[in-house]
Amino acid sequence: MNIVVLVKQVPDSGAERTLSADFSVDRASSSNVINEMDEYAIEEALKIKEAHGGEVTVLTVGPAGATDSIRKALSMGPDKAVHVQDDALHGSCAVATSKVLAAALRTLSPDLILSGAESTDGRVQVVPHMLAELLGVAALTGARKLTVDGSQLTVERQTDEGYEVVTAATPAIVSVWDTINEPRYPSFKGIMAAKKKPVQALTLGDLGISGDEVGFAGATSQVLEFNKRPARTGGAKVVDEGNGGEQLVSYLASEKFV
Amino acid sequence: MVDFRLDKEYEELRDSVRQFAREQVAPVIADHYEKKTFPYEVIRQMGSMGLFGLPFPEEHGGMGGDYFALCIALEELARVDSSVAITLEAAVSLGAMPIYRFGTEEQRKQWLPRLTSGAALAAFGLTEPGAGSDASGTLTRAVLDESTNEWVINGTKAFITNSGTDITCLVNVMAVTGTNPDGSKELSTIIVPSGTPGFTVAPGYSKVGWCASDTHELSFDDVRVPAANLLGERGRGYAQFLRILDEGRIAIAALSVGLAQGCVDESVTYAKNRTAFGHAISDYQAVKFLIADMDLRAHTARLGYYDAAARMLAGDDFKRYAAIAKLNASNAAMENSRWATQVHGGYGFMNESAVGRFYRDAKILEVGEGTSEVQRMLIARGLGL
Repeated sequence: MNIVVLVKQVPDSGAERTLSADFSVDRASSSNVINEMDEYAIEEALKIKEAHGGEVTVLTVGPAGATDSIRKALSMGPDKAVHVQDDALHGSCAVATSKVLAAALRTLSPDLILSGAESTDGRVQVVPHMLAELLGVAALTGARKLTVDGSQLTVERQTDEGYEVVTAATPAIVSVWDTINEPRYPSFKGIMAAKKKPVQALTLGDLGISGDEVGFAGATSQVLEFNKRPARTGGAKVVDEGNGGEQLVSYLASEKFV
Repeated sequence: MVDFRLDKEYEELRDSVRQFAREQVAPVIADHYEKKTFPYEVIRQMGSMGLFGLPFPEEHGGMGGDYFALCIALEELARVDSSVAITLEAAVSLGAMPIYRFGTEEQRKQWLPRLTSGAALAAFGLTEPGAGSDASGTLTRAVLDESTNEWVINGTKAFITNSGTDITCLVNVMAVTGTNPDGSKELSTIIVPSGTPGFTVAPGYSKVGWCASDTHELSFDDVRVPAANLLGERGRGYAQFLRILDEGRIAIAALSVGLAQGCVDESVTYAKNRTAFGHAISDYQAVKFLIADMDLRAHTARLGYYDAAARMLAGDDFKRYAAIAKLNASNAAMENSRWATQVHGGYGFMNESAVGRFYRDAKILEVGEGTSEVQRMLIARGLGL
């Protein structure tokens, strides 16, 4: 099975994050890492390859600094990578990013596209759906379990209430949550091997996309203002006046813990 | 020009092990420590990420790295917990390494794949109730029974790490096998598989620290193993053990640096979050300076083991530098754990706190793989004294 995993480099969600003067993600002021959910997508791809054979390619759209994340992704075990890099991409919205990813995916003809269900910087969760639309393939999103049987994919799709079972034939795109597996840690052998794995560089020109379709110029949405995350508050205090248990349960229910 | 920054691949290994230690070791280790249980699941995960194969070539199931890669991994593990770090150190440096360095091709083929994958652990039976760094005090004897072509081993070993886990497969036993022409004891190393009749593993010790690692007294009562279980040449036991311990000192230095650095990490976090008299305690110079001194010790000790490892891998004589690295790093670990617990106040005295465990784990670093006094002897000897 020819599998492509979408890997995005994001600012470390554990550190303080902010936006630059042009309201794009500030990559300089914090360390940049693989989007956490994408590591689960890589692990799922490797497990499918180990069970069914095939090839795993990492696809990244991002600036030059994203090579560190590509290398880390390759050290987990994928065979090769494609890095779409172009200065004109700076400021791209989800629609434009999807156009670029779709064009790159057409050159790779994958049976299965895997991605994280969301990225920790944008958190819009729309790219997998947009790609499915652009490529004319099925979208099985928010998976907590994926079973491959020949060309048939079965996914347990996580919801707030439980899960739905959805199926589709390949080619298809599957986005995954962090409940799907436990990603492996790169071994020293994997780290050394990653240095020799091919990373194909593509520009917008290679994909037949003009600069004004992407970046700030081609953006369909615009950030007008932003605020810092509000400081943590003391939370709500429940005073037990005979109905403490009820109040506790209704709080837990409102937060969907029960 | 000397440059102590790590090559990219070592930096990536460091990141990988750091992430593993934080995500997989930190959440479970306090419980294992308190209950004195061996963390099999953590060890299994360390095996699957290749840590037990770090310094071995791929043909033996290894990762194709070197001893320095092992040291980097030990440092990062010990930043979070020393029990899992010493389990790795003993399994690789004392268990598998003698078989790799001195074993026959058959012995390597028989044992190394399981050891380098972490599926099985090996131990090194050197110390005895009456003999440690002075191996001439060894009383365990092995006599070759020529009628059956077997070694017959009798004696007792003390404080042997990894010797009694469910996945321990062998102990490399140092034994007296005769008398040299100069009248001194002829020492040899013999592989004794776990479960061999007459080989008894005593219940685990009650230890001050390293409480989630596996340590036992071993007794050998007419234990018979094939003559082919001799590791390397007969009579070379002393030379083998010197080589293994010289390397091991660099590994223990790395582990000590990890503990010293863990004290810095924990103290920085705690001092920023703990308030007293209206301020975070990190606002007070007395606390800042304590932590600055900890960082000084950790960093300079790290340079010491980097240097010793570089000399060893270059094939230079590294004995004196390994002793310096180990002596300095174990001192840094002791000092830092003392002051980190002070920064943490009452919490530092609780076993569930990382620094409380660091305090208990630090002392053995001044003793194991050669006491601080033995390190000073080696340094002085290196100076021609």
